[in-house]
Order: sequence, then structure tokens, then C-alpha cells
Amino acid sequence: MEMKEARIAHPKDHLLREDRIPHIWCAGCGIGSAFSACISAIQKTGIDYDRFAIVSGIGCTGRAAGYLKVDSFHTTHGRAIPFATGLKLVKPEMRVFVFSGEGDLFAIGGNHFIHAARRNVDIAVICVNNMNYGMTGGQVSANTPAWARTTTTPYGNPEEPFNLPSLAAACGAVYVARWLSLDVKRLARSMVEALLKPGFSFIEVIAPCPTAFGRRNRLGSPLEMMRFYKENSVIRNDIHPDETVMGEGKKIVLGKFVDKERPTFQERISQLLEKGRGSWPDTKARAASEEA
Amino acid sequence: MRSEAVLTGEHFINGDEACAEGGLAAGCRFFAGYPITPATEVAERMAERLPLVGGIYVQMEDEIASLAAVLGASWGGAKAMTATSGPGFSLMMENIGLGIVTETPCVVVDIQRGGPSTGLPTLCGQGDMMQARWGSHGHYEIIALSPSSPQEMFDLTVRAFNLAETFRLPVLVMADEVVGHTVERVTIPPADEIEVVTRRKPSVPPETCLPYATDSSLIPVLPDAGEGYRIHVTGLTHDERGYPATEADCQRKMVERLVGKIRGHLDEILDWEAYFLDRAKVVLVAYGSPVRPALKAMRALREKGLDVGLLKLKTVWPFPEALIRELAGEVEAFVVPEVNLGQIVLEVERCAGGRAVTTLIPHAGGGIHTPEDVIAGVERTLRRLGCRGRRVWR
Repeated sequence: MEMKEARIAHPKDHLLREDRIPHIWCAGCGIGSAFSACISAIQKTGIDYDRFAIVSGIGCTGRAAGYLKVDSFHTTHGRAIPFATGLKLVKPEMRVFVFSGEGDLFAIGGNHFIHAARRNVDIAVICVNNMNYGMTGGQVSANTPAWARTTTTPYGNPEEPFNLPSLAAACGAVYVARWLSLDVKRLARSMVEALLKPGFSFIEVIAPCPTAFGRRNRLGSPLEMMRFYKENSVIRNDIHPDETVMGEGKKIVLGKFVDKERPTFQERISQLLEKGRGSWPDTKARAASEEA
Repeated sequence: MRSEAVLTGEHFINGDEACAEGGLAAGCRFFAGYPITPATEVAERMAERLPLVGGIYVQMEDEIASLAAVLGASWGGAKAMTATSGPGFSLMMENIGLGIVTETPCVVVDIQRGGPSTGLPTLCGQGDMMQARWGSHGHYEIIALSPSSPQEMFDLTVRAFNLAETFRLPVLVMADEVVGHTVERVTIPPADEIEVVTRRKPSVPPETCLPYATDSSLIPVLPDAGEGYRIHVTGLTHDERGYPATEADCQRKMVERLVGKIRGHLDEILDWEAYFLDRAKVVLVAYGSPVRPALKAMRALREKGLDVGLLKLKTVWPFPEALIRELAGEVEAFVVPEVNLGQIVLEVERCAGGRAVTTLIPHAGGGIHTPEDVIAGVERTLRRLGCRGRRVWR
């Protein structure tokens, strides 16, 4: 009998750097599903792949840039957002997005995040929040829950984490959502919206890190960990971001919380030399109020 | 404000402004920076001028972000630069390393002030010269130019871009506060008389492109983002595909190439001006603002009948080792005035290899040497030589 070695290509293969597989992510890690959702989202946008650029920082999630077959930039720790800002400003026709972890984006890179959101730079930021520094073996991050154990909080974490949707919304992000890595359908749909949204869009992906975080907090096997997140979460779209704070006795609130319009940084820059654009103080408003 | 990119003509501007004009003349269309004395005028000039020539100015949240944005813009195909001073230069070290290892063309200007730390914001220093050479971690070669007048701020910024685009790395313009704030005549030539180099692009299709493979020049020919090559660019040690390969053999190949692409092209990179070196017995070696007092001192000493020459370094890194070695066999002494307590003098001394006496005329910062300081420094050196029975009089 003749054996034919016919290999059927997976529909996502052409967006993968197959020559870089196997990847570094552990079994049960949530980054893989977030990455897979990201590939689906890119495909669903219908935009030419050559017009995408992924920028990432350092860490487990940061490695995503090395596996995605679009123009991909694996930069310094925390600096993916300003790098993406420069790239996007000179290549406005490209869809530039950042895919990185919460330690990278909010601890070492926190300042860049808040300023890019404030400027409304036209990039999407996808943050995989696995609640610890996985690559270095599981240290406390800016998003480790209070009292959780990590290698550098052996007695429990005395700090409070950021509530990322509140932070993003307060800084001016025009699109803010939070999903579980488990829920790849909703996540991918949300990523399509974020990738197509003009302005600074932000998605937090709650992802299990069974190897480092789960193990030290006795969350069980990868599957049990995912079940834990699923059973302790609730979808509440359009809720005020401040009501999504995670903590003891609270469910993880998932959903899309912000989807609004605001002039992008690029639009504002293009208006610099235009007559009739905004001014400060707003002389028209002042004249109108004086008349009234 | 005129809206041409090249403001051909005579100008009465300071060195910082001349630097910005040099960038624009070289094709710079992206500037990301953060205000810092004494480099702020570069940013201010760019903020005013870039929108007029279709470029983009953005003030970032810090200097780390500034250089990150510059690197991103460069990968977007723009010629990009930033300008800062010591404290900001320290913050940029991390992304200078990223620029080196990813081979990203860009220009970083350091208008040096007195340090350490916040130091002397408004006053001159040259204490960042070794930081320019070794400030980012890991082993690499850098190119650093040193302008000594507002005119050279223009000329050398153009050259910095040309070198960055040719050799694909961040090129440093190591100016200082005195050069940056001196206001004097700057001549900007017609656009067609300014040599402008733009990075090469791959001639092979994406399927066969090995982005980081090079010919014997050791300089890769890389695409920009959005050109269909779907490149991978990483700060990790990488192979010819640009893929991470964290092992010793790949590390050796990559680091040797990053170093070799500079060391192998010294003829194209090194630049200096020689004054009376032919028969000089004592050679002043100067760069940046001390060049002027050194020139004046040289003339005064020559009038007294002393065989003093001057070597003005316009490229400080890579250091002109061969030139100093050659001169060391012909002269009695090198005298190095610099606004620090001994940095470039160490290189001169190393290359002199004991064949010529090497002395420093230090200045801790806050000003520059007077010609009298330089004369006194040369005379001290002469006394030292006299003790050894050497003749330096014509």
C-alpha cells in the first residue's frame, strides 16, 4: 500500500512562522489561545497581511511577535508602545498593534501606555494578563492579585493590582474590553473591532499561567485553572470600567466597556497647519458665551 | 518660517538650530524627543520646521520613549532623529543597544552638559564621551561625531544621517553646550550640493530574502515595514533570517559582524582635520568646543617658535587609532584638552603606546578652557619633555 504524505495546511498556518515552531509557551498557557484569536482576528479584518505590523516587548507574551508572519518587531522591555507609535506615525496605512504581557506593558512600560492612550495614537494594544512574570519563573507583577503567592511574594502579595480597564479608560482609550483567553470566539471578535477601530484601543486578556502562577497558588491543572477563571467571571458589557475591579469575593467582570470616538493623534497632527481647526482658549465658545 | 527642507543661504543661528537644519537637509522627517537643556532648541526648531516639510514631530513622555519612537519610525522608512543631553542620554542607552543589534539607522544628538546626574544643565561638559562608546550593555562598535562649531553642527548632522543609512546603526552626534548655544554664521549649501545617502533596499523577492545575511561589506540590506517582506526584527541574538538563535555560535557571528561592519570601513567613517602636523613635535588633540581655544593656543605657541600642531577629531568613535599610532612615531607629545577629567586622552595614550608623552588638560565642566589654559598645559608638557632631554623648539 502506498502511503501518501499529504499534509493539509491549517487555515492559520500562512500567518505563522512555521519555521519557528515549536514555540516556547507551556502546555495550558493562555497566551497560545490569545495568539490564536489574534490570528483569526487578522484574517477576519480582510486587510492585506502586508499591512499589519505586530510590536511586542519582553516576556512570554512578547515572544508572539516572533511567531506571527507579518512585519514583526520584538523590542526592549516595556517599550513596544512608543516603538509602535513611531512606526504608526510614519506608516499610517499600516495596522500597527502591540501584543505583550501585563508586566511589560504596565510595570516597566506603564508610563508609555498612559501617554499613548492620552494621545489617542491609532494602535491596538492587546495585553495578555497572566498575573505574573512567567518568563523569569513567576515573580510578582503590577497585576498580581493582592495576597497571591509568587517567587518574590512568598508570603503573599501585599500590593494591589491595577484595574486595567479603568486605567485605559481614564487615560482616554477609545475602545476597552476584557476577555478570558478561554473564550476565543468573543476574544477574536473583540480583537477585530480593536484592530479596525481608529484610535487607541485596548484589550485585556485574562490568561492562565499554570506553570508559574497557578502552581504557586494551588489553582490545579491548566484545565482546572481555566475552569476557575470561567466560574469566577461574568460578562457585563457596557458597564463602567471602574466597576470591573478584581478582588477578593468579586467576579472577574468581562465585556466591552468603552467604544467611543475621539480624534486620533494622526488626525490632529495632520490639522496642525489647517485654518479653522481647534484653538485654545476656544475663542468661538468664549465669544458665544459672552454674547449669551 | 520658510517651508523648504533645505534652507539654502546664510543664517545667524545657534548650533542646536543648525543641527536641526542639518537633519532636515539630510532628509530627516521624524523627530521624537523630550525637552532638556541645552538640547531643547533642536526640538523646538524641529517642532516648527517638520510640519512645514511634511514631517512629524512628537514630544514623547521621556527619552526612552523618544528613541523607541525613532527606531519605530526608522523601520517605517523615515529618516529619524532625537536630541538630548546627559540625563536623557543615559535613558537612551537601552534603545541604543536595540538600534545597534537590529541595525536601525537613526541619529542621536547629545548636547553634553556638566554631570554626573543633573549636574550643570546650562553649562558645558564633555563627560559623556566614554558613555557614548560603551554606555549600552554588550559589546558593539558605535559611530560618534564631534562638531566644534555651529557650521559643523549642520555639516556633521548631515554626515551622521549618511553614515547611519550606510552602515545601519544609530549614529551619535556628541556636541556640547558651548557648540550648541554658540550663535554665529552657518552656511547652508544648495540642496543639490549636499550629499545625501539613503539606505539600500533588497533587490530579491521576499521569499528568498535572508534579511540579515550580508556580503563581505558585513552591512545587511533590509526592507522597511510594509514592503511585503514580513520581516522579523528582534533584540535577541538572531540569525540571518532575523530569528532568535540564543546560542554561542550565532552570538559570535552576529557580534563579530556588528563590530566588523564598522572596523572594516574605517576609511569611509574616520574624519579629522590636521593643522601643522607635518613637522609638529607637540600635537594638540581636540574635539568639540575645546578646538577653538586649542587653535588659538597653537597659533600663539607657533608664534613663539614652538612646533605645535593640532588634530581636530570630527569622528571620535571609532577612534582614529592608526593615525595616532603613526603620529606617535613622529612627535614628542600629545596634549589633550577636554571638558572632563580624562576620557579621550585615554585612547590617545593607549594608541601612543609609550612612544610619545600624552598629557591631559582637564576641565571639570561649567565652561571650556581658555587659550591660556591650553598654552599652560602645553608648557607643562614641554617641561616634562625637557626633563627627558627632548627638543621641541624649531
